[in-house]
Amino acid sequence: MKKLAFLSAVFITLCSFAFTGYNVGDKAMDFKLKNVDGEMVSMSDYPNAKGFIVIFTCNHCPFAKAYEDRIIALDARYAPKGYPVIAINPNDPTAIAEDDYATMQQRAKAKNYQFPYLVDNTQNIAHTYGATRTPHVFVLQKSGSDFIVKYIGAIDDNSDDASAVKEKYVENAVESLLAGTPVNPTSTKAIGCGIKWKS
Amino acid sequence: MKNINKGFILLLFPFLLARNKVTVVNFEQLQNSSAKKSNDTLYIVNFWATWCDPCVKELPAFQQEYKKYAKRKVKFIFVSMNSQKELGKVQNFTDTQKLEGMLLLLNGGNPNDWIDKVDSTWSGSIPATAMYKSGKKVYFREGEFTPESLDKVIQSKNK
Repeated sequence: MKKLAFLSAVFITLCSFAFTGYNVGDKAMDFKLKNVDGEMVSMSDYPNAKGFIVIFTCNHCPFAKAYEDRIIALDARYAPKGYPVIAINPNDPTAIAEDDYATMQQRAKAKNYQFPYLVDNTQNIAHTYGATRTPHVFVLQKSGSDFIVKYIGAIDDNSDDASAVKEKYVENAVESLLAGTPVNPTSTKAIGCGIKWKS
Repeated sequence: MKNINKGFILLLFPFLLARNKVTVVNFEQLQNSSAKKSNDTLYIVNFWATWCDPCVKELPAFQQEYKKYAKRKVKFIFVSMNSQKELGKVQNFTDTQKLEGMLLLLNGGNPNDWIDKVDSTWSGSIPATAMYKSGKKVYFREGEFTPESLDKVIQSKNK
């Protein structure tokens, strides 16, 4: 009986590990996902990148919309410095019609995205990374052929009003990586739309 | 003119009374209304927003439970995550839906400062629901309920 209790404790622990996604310091897996232009995109397609700002986002969520211009600004600022944005939409379009591929294409065109906006059809990447809401950011640093997670969380501390932001979390993280100093904080939380998982 | 105004206000008065007003609170006020209550009432705190489809979808189940437990020691608190700029929109929504229970809109500042205080496992997506009894958290869930699962949880926590 004791043994059974022990085994079930181990099982529960393993399950919780399996569902928590990445922690800061983990190696992130590369992906091969379809961009709004129809091409497949992987992180390995960027030999000169020092890292990536991977952002799980979508079309419909008011928070994702509120951050769209800030995501564009992040890419404009940090792609030339070696940290381009890669946006990934993980939502199931059968749950939210507005999160379909055609609307992604429209958004990218209307706002002239200079970064890929990929569709995570199987939701495998969002699951593996541990993304739960949109927008949800993972800042990765390239180390040899690995991509190490350096920051997980919100873009900044004010979704409502970009002009009232006090802490630019992602910007600070990338600046620290560029300067070779420790990232602080390494993770933050924010209110966001839950990712719509396929059932 | 004054009399007309008075008459108008008197006419409106019953409606003003009947309206379940959405109150803007900070995080401490929210905690004082639920998590920090030391009595034996079960406080059910649901985080939602008008723009959150799964939140809006599960509200009728909460309203059903509200009616079921109306005469017992169970209190329902609905905390809108809408921006304060959208207070009017939230009030219109709760009026149209005739939402019962305590209606709050949280103006909590940086969410990173308070999300962990609700629950360390909460990533920040909504809907999310916390339950408190005697000043202790007895339940937390990130994600929506079915009417059955909500009923079951409340039943088990209200013993």
